[in-house]
Amino acid sequence: MKHLKIDNLHVSIGDREILRGLSLDLPTGQVHAIMGPNGSGKSTLAKVIAGHPDYTVTSGDILFDGESILEMEPDARARKGIFLAFQYPSEIPGVTIANFLRAALQARLPEGEELEATEYYAKLYEKMDLLEMPRTFTSRAVNEGFSGGEKKRCEILQMAMLQPTFALLDETDSGLDIDALKIVSHGVNSLRGPETGMLVITHYQRLLNYIVPDFVHVMVNGRIVESGTKELALKLEAEGYDWATEPEAEAVGV
Amino acid sequence: MASASVSGVPLMEGALVEGQWPEWFVASRQRGWADFQQLPAPVPKDEKWRFSNVKALALDSFRYPAAVADAGALVERSTGLGESAARFVFGNNRLLAATAPAAELVKAGLVVMTLEEAASQHADLVEKHFMAQEVKLGSAKYAALHRSGPVNGVFIRVPKNLEVAQPIEIFHWVEGENSAVFPHTLVVCERHSKATVVDCFRSADDESAFACGVNDLVVEEGAKLNYVAVQQWSLATTAFHLNSTTVGRDAACLGMQVNLGGKFVRGESYSRMVAEGARSDMLSVNIAGGEQMIDQRTFQDHAKPSATSDLLYQNALTGKGRTVFSGVIRVEPGAHKTDAYQKVRNIVLSDEAEANSMPGLEIEADDVRCTHGATTSQVDDRELFYLLARGIRPEAAQQLLVMGFFNTVLDRLPDARLRGHIEGMVEKRLSATLRG
Repeated sequence: MKHLKIDNLHVSIGDREILRGLSLDLPTGQVHAIMGPNGSGKSTLAKVIAGHPDYTVTSGDILFDGESILEMEPDARARKGIFLAFQYPSEIPGVTIANFLRAALQARLPEGEELEATEYYAKLYEKMDLLEMPRTFTSRAVNEGFSGGEKKRCEILQMAMLQPTFALLDETDSGLDIDALKIVSHGVNSLRGPETGMLVITHYQRLLNYIVPDFVHVMVNGRIVESGTKELALKLEAEGYDWATEPEAEAVGV
Repeated sequence: MASASVSGVPLMEGALVEGQWPEWFVASRQRGWADFQQLPAPVPKDEKWRFSNVKALALDSFRYPAAVADAGALVERSTGLGESAARFVFGNNRLLAATAPAAELVKAGLVVMTLEEAASQHADLVEKHFMAQEVKLGSAKYAALHRSGPVNGVFIRVPKNLEVAQPIEIFHWVEGENSAVFPHTLVVCERHSKATVVDCFRSADDESAFACGVNDLVVEEGAKLNYVAVQQWSLATTAFHLNSTTVGRDAACLGMQVNLGGKFVRGESYSRMVAEGARSDMLSVNIAGGEQMIDQRTFQDHAKPSATSDLLYQNALTGKGRTVFSGVIRVEPGAHKTDAYQKVRNIVLSDEAEANSMPGLEIEADDVRCTHGATTSQVDDRELFYLLARGIRPEAAQQLLVMGFFNTVLDRLPDARLRGHIEGMVEKRLSATLRG
């Protein structure tokens, strides 16, 4: 079992502190959900773990199986086994999905070793079938002109191909209709297993009906304020976030 | 038959006695030589040489070269598409090897032969079309030099209604320090014919050389021509590539200039829509790295109504690379319903690189649609992070993004095999440039 451990993490963008002492332990074999209102720092957490250059870690640590990854470049973190499914995936004009994924897999091979094309395509087609993606997708430019659902499916396809140790799913349900949500969830669930830990970030409880988490954390103002089992998500659905945000409001009032 | 020689000019010494050229051609050469001497050399303040480097035009050290040392080796190195309708290889202005078209194509009337042979055997066609268009974009002096010089290359006539499925490939090699070559390609696509022609310009070594190339493309009514020039001269070469295209009624020409080599490269591309329904796609992919300068001037000349021209030039710059793009769309009086588009896009990968873009319009007709634009940007940070977040290393990510940028142009090539072939050469050069 491996652990992705977030230890008292403080993160700023410019002068603004977004994460304010966040701690979390995600072991492989588990799915943790992070829920929280808009602006609570959920997406920031995902991007910081992936190494986004816009954010500064002012204190605390991110440990991948005991080893700090704060000094690692984003590409090195990804090769180590971290995967971020983007909330807003970029369009990459002129780069086909097939070429893009080949480059990503090639980067994981030892220097001088070439990706085996037949195996690559067999795996790619298998994963595309899982996500009900037509074969023509491979020759389309990454995310260019994709619908919201196609973009999210493309993210999960990449995850399926790259087989990360820790996957961070940032609002993967946003912009999906119910059918697309089912397909995407099915894809994610098929990737669950003892070798993979997942952090599912969402604003709505709906996604968690399809991707059932082992633990749920509630994030408010850059901290985790409550953790529990999946029933916590139902409480949030019924009662909203107000109960969780109140202590903060009082603190401001002091 | 006659021959002429010009002494005292290293470029020409010994050049003109070679070959068997008809009288009309020799006379044309002499006019060319007179024009070359009489026309002034460009100066920096010439509008048509703005942002260029006229100092690069010192030609004194160049001379007419001896034959290449090992013709067989260069023919061997002329790796192209593998399958072609005809294949000609030249080195230092001399024909090294020729694979003529298949018998049934010849029987159908396809002509692919050296310009020298064609000047006699198809004198009427060659004389009518050889450098028939006025050189308007600034290099008239060097066009005159080409005309006066020891030109060599291929004449292609695609007869009425014939569709040539495989591309016709031409290789021009230059070898040896200060060698000068004068490649010429003349293509006449007669009514409703269809052909693809690929010119490959390559250096046998890393030496400084001079290339002064011209191509004339004539696309008659209903015909379709794809023409691709892949320039891979050494990084010490000074080169001119002057293109002139005329497109007839309901005819289409897709021309693509790929500049990967050269130290100073001046490209001029003139496309004239001479009848209604004509279409000209003018495309270019350019890599300027190190100390390279690629200076391109274009002219979309709409002489008649209801014609279309669509220009897309894309440049990637690294190191101290420089590019110049100056383009004009001209709509002549009466050329109503013209649809003209002109776009240049630069991606600048270093602080020291410089891209200059000067799009322009001259419209003298009503009811036209003309758009032009130029963009210059760096690699998009969000796109880059997206690739990095997939484990792709920064250098590979940058290369993937720039290839994606170029693919939007290469995707316009109608033939997948040709497209893959060109993409491979662009990718190889890009990789070397980014590492360099």
